[in-house]
Amino acid sequence: MAEFTLPQNSKVRPGKTHAAPTGAKRTKKFKVYRWNPDDKKNPQVDIYEVDLDSCGPMILDGLIKIKNEIDSTLTFRRSCREGVCGSCAMNIDGTNTLACTKAIGNVKGDVKVYPLPHLPVVKDLVPNLNTFYAQYKSIKPWLQSESPPPPDRERKQSPDERKKLDGLWECILCASCSTSCPSYWWNGERYLGPAILLQAYRFLVDSRDEATGERLDNLEDPFRLYRCHTILNCTKTCPKGLNPAKAIAEIKKMMVERQV
Amino acid sequence: MSMQSPLGRVRGLGSAKSGTNHWWHQRLTALALIPLTVWFAVSLVAMTGRGYDTAVNWLASPVSACLMILLIGAGFYHMKLGLQVIIEDYIHVEWQKLTLLIVMQFWSWLLGIASIMAVLWVWLGG
Repeated sequence: MAEFTLPQNSKVRPGKTHAAPTGAKRTKKFKVYRWNPDDKKNPQVDIYEVDLDSCGPMILDGLIKIKNEIDSTLTFRRSCREGVCGSCAMNIDGTNTLACTKAIGNVKGDVKVYPLPHLPVVKDLVPNLNTFYAQYKSIKPWLQSESPPPPDRERKQSPDERKKLDGLWECILCASCSTSCPSYWWNGERYLGPAILLQAYRFLVDSRDEATGERLDNLEDPFRLYRCHTILNCTKTCPKGLNPAKAIAEIKKMMVERQV
Repeated sequence: MSMQSPLGRVRGLGSAKSGTNHWWHQRLTALALIPLTVWFAVSLVAMTGRGYDTAVNWLASPVSACLMILLIGAGFYHMKLGLQVIIEDYIHVEWQKLTLLIVMQFWSWLLGIASIMAVLWVWLGG
């Protein structure tokens, strides 16, 4: 059955509170999910009071400040700090998004920070994305073409053909959308999820690709594709403003198109 | 614990190469059910308080019987397709899923055929 409660060893308990330094005037409470595989304890939520006057504007700035100045054991992924690498995707204030592009000022009340939902946790805010990456690999996310490219130049595309890739190539595979999708929570081993299906569509509509049929064959499955019931959580949460639900709908249209 | 690679697990038994018909038929039946349901509701309202014989006469007319059978067919087929989706979504123990899918299909067919038989019974003046 679908899981509506957490297993005993995953129930989240209250943790430590780290008060703001004396003299701090503008503070914000960060309530951060903590779990360490080594100490065999349940996860807990630690509270960090952050002095906003000495902190950058984004959630990621707050987390880095916590790690640098308050608690160096806090573990999270980050890299580019400008929304192009997708490393710092996490659940902030109840929504999956990138910590580096979400402003602290846009969160009303305390800042609740959890790892991406329904993935195994490696430590603290770091989820295990192995299955997600394997699913990405399974759709062969590269150009497949038997016709050799022109010897002296790249493969050509008309401006209209190129335009079809807009809204698709921008995906940074942060997994925010897939982990916001209940179908992916319940059937994540078999359903490919919105991020991977958007990537699949990116190659399905690429005019230079010659493996469209094989790609559709690979996706035509009650679980791989048709677990999507278009509830649009993916589109709502995408930190890059993309529309994975539309990409999935377009794949479904292609499936019908090739048999009617 | 499995030592299988994530890619091996994800590829699993491969694509079923089906699912499109299920999805397409669910949309088609949904589309058909819009006018059929409106027709059925309007007919019922029009017969309010006019007695058993009026209802039987109404159902015994060829047009009503035909539309009624279509409504029942599309309705139960749509129900079967929808229930299948719900079971596949939420039931993850293989034997439970399979059992429920079998029971649900038999049950849908039984209800659908019984309802159609009832219409035919009235229509053919049973």
